[in-house]
Amino acid sequence: MATGLEAKNIHAWFGKKHAVSDISLDFNHGTVTALIGPSGCGKSTFLRILNRMHEFIPTAAMAGEVLMDGSDIYQSGVDVTKIRLQIGMVFQKPNPFPSMTIAENVLSGLKLAQLKIDNRDEILESCLRRAGLWDEVKDRLDEYGGSLSGGQQQRLCIARSLAVKPKVLLMDEPCSALDPGSTLRIEETIRELAQSMTIVIVTHNMQQAARVSDYTAFFLSDGGPGELVETSDTKTIFSVPKDKRTEDYVTGRFG
Amino acid sequence: MTIASPKHPWRPTGKTLLPDFLGILLTIFISFGIIKLTPLSGKLGFAVSLVLTSLVVSGAINYFRRDRKAAFNAVTSVLIYITGTFLIVPVISILIEIIVKGAPGLTWTMFLNDMSVTSADAPANEGGLLHAIIGTGYLIFFSSVLSVPVGILTALYLTEIKGRFAGIVRFFVQAMSGVPSIVAGLFIYAVWMIQLGNQYSNIAGAASLAILMIPTVARTAEEVLKLIPPDLREAGLALGATQWRTVAMIVIPAARSGLITATILGIARVAGETAPLLLTVGGADAVNLNPFNGNSSALPYYIWKAFAMGTDQSIARAWAGIFVLMALVMTFFTLARVFGNRRGRA
Repeated sequence: MATGLEAKNIHAWFGKKHAVSDISLDFNHGTVTALIGPSGCGKSTFLRILNRMHEFIPTAAMAGEVLMDGSDIYQSGVDVTKIRLQIGMVFQKPNPFPSMTIAENVLSGLKLAQLKIDNRDEILESCLRRAGLWDEVKDRLDEYGGSLSGGQQQRLCIARSLAVKPKVLLMDEPCSALDPGSTLRIEETIRELAQSMTIVIVTHNMQQAARVSDYTAFFLSDGGPGELVETSDTKTIFSVPKDKRTEDYVTGRFG
Repeated sequence: MTIASPKHPWRPTGKTLLPDFLGILLTIFISFGIIKLTPLSGKLGFAVSLVLTSLVVSGAINYFRRDRKAAFNAVTSVLIYITGTFLIVPVISILIEIIVKGAPGLTWTMFLNDMSVTSADAPANEGGLLHAIIGTGYLIFFSSVLSVPVGILTALYLTEIKGRFAGIVRFFVQAMSGVPSIVAGLFIYAVWMIQLGNQYSNIAGAASLAILMIPTVARTAEEVLKLIPPDLREAGLALGATQWRTVAMIVIPAARSGLITATILGIARVAGETAPLLLTVGGADAVNLNPFNGNSSALPYYIWKAFAMGTDQSIARAWAGIFVLMALVMTFFTLARVFGNRRGRA
């Protein structure tokens, strides 16, 4: 099996509240996995555990292991910043850095991590191309990121994540603030990116999960902590799910 | 296809403005009547009756034209306009007073001379305030150097690190902003001069001013940093940056204009301080180019001393000094706006 990401028996707490319970999932290299489920079922919390963003919440706690290339990213002595360089993240709300131009935004990850920028123009073009934004911004790289539309800003954020060459890209409802056209562009981007990396995407949009993902995991919380109800390849989940609750959810009967 | 031209149907027309206009006339008329017929008199009496009548008239007009809600809305609007005017009037009248009284005493030579060989009753075109400008320049520069880094780092501790002592630090910063300026001067006087045996100097003055400036800078900077959206910090951290790199490359540039404003507000807070300077800088009539030793002057001190002399010429000098101090502070505010509004770049 090619290298990917492996979550083993993940639990999460906020203070005393048990938010995520015993989730184990494998994410293989070159695949897109969609995490679906109603609001508050712990999808985003689980996602943030995968690149150690969970720990920024003061009351947060967790249990379990996240293995990348076979070693636990929560092991003591691991350099967290190196982990996050390899496991990038795209957020729900587009958040380009307002004090930087489009070009500076793309290169910001390299500068933030104090990595060497070998060939500025090449990095700019390849990242923006892979994010599907190059043709729209190639003549205005020195404008501020805030001058772009919401969908363009989100693709700029994707380009920014790509510049540090992550092995895994986590996306937390990346299209929820975007119009259908921008959503489609980003979905195309995701399919193209998946050929060379591992992608995990949280989405509330079932059609989106069906369109972009190879595997789908259904999360659910019945008032207690969020649990993994079922995971399988996307076709199975959306056509012949094993669990009744999954079927109800994907057919829109609840949630 | 019909040709459309841009219109503004929401703007008031002459017809809708007529009752308001009549109301204003009526208010002025009634106010004059009150002045004539009642014990209220003079400018102050006119102002008081104008305020009260305008509230009553605007309320009445809108009550009869529309309803109680409209009347209430009109009365509160008028009240807000009046309080706004009361806020602006003193500022404008102070500015006019300073320009009117300060301008006659202004000469070009006053920026080139000091008061070391000029007596208090010498003509106002002799002597000058070069020594005071140099002193104030040193004081502002060194107090900024001492307090801006401390103030901004304090704000970063409160907003970015959110350390265990954040609550205590915030409490002390707030308490510090209530310290009377003479106490700050006494503190430096007691420690730096009595205990350590140093002379009067601009550095001592700047240190006492820094005590007053730090809380202003820290509190303003904290408010500014709180406005930076948390998702920018998350984005930086998710890209594999350390917290320090995220703060230095993303948070501070995004807050740049606000941080400049914080600095300027701090400078404005201390530029006019006199009391601590009496204890730390000592005052002088001659230029002192050495900021580290010896008495020197400052604009507020110069103004204070010139007024204390009491001669016509020295009072003219004092007003000219106030004019210069005011111009200096306003220049700082303008610069802050200009630099602050430019989009920040790291």
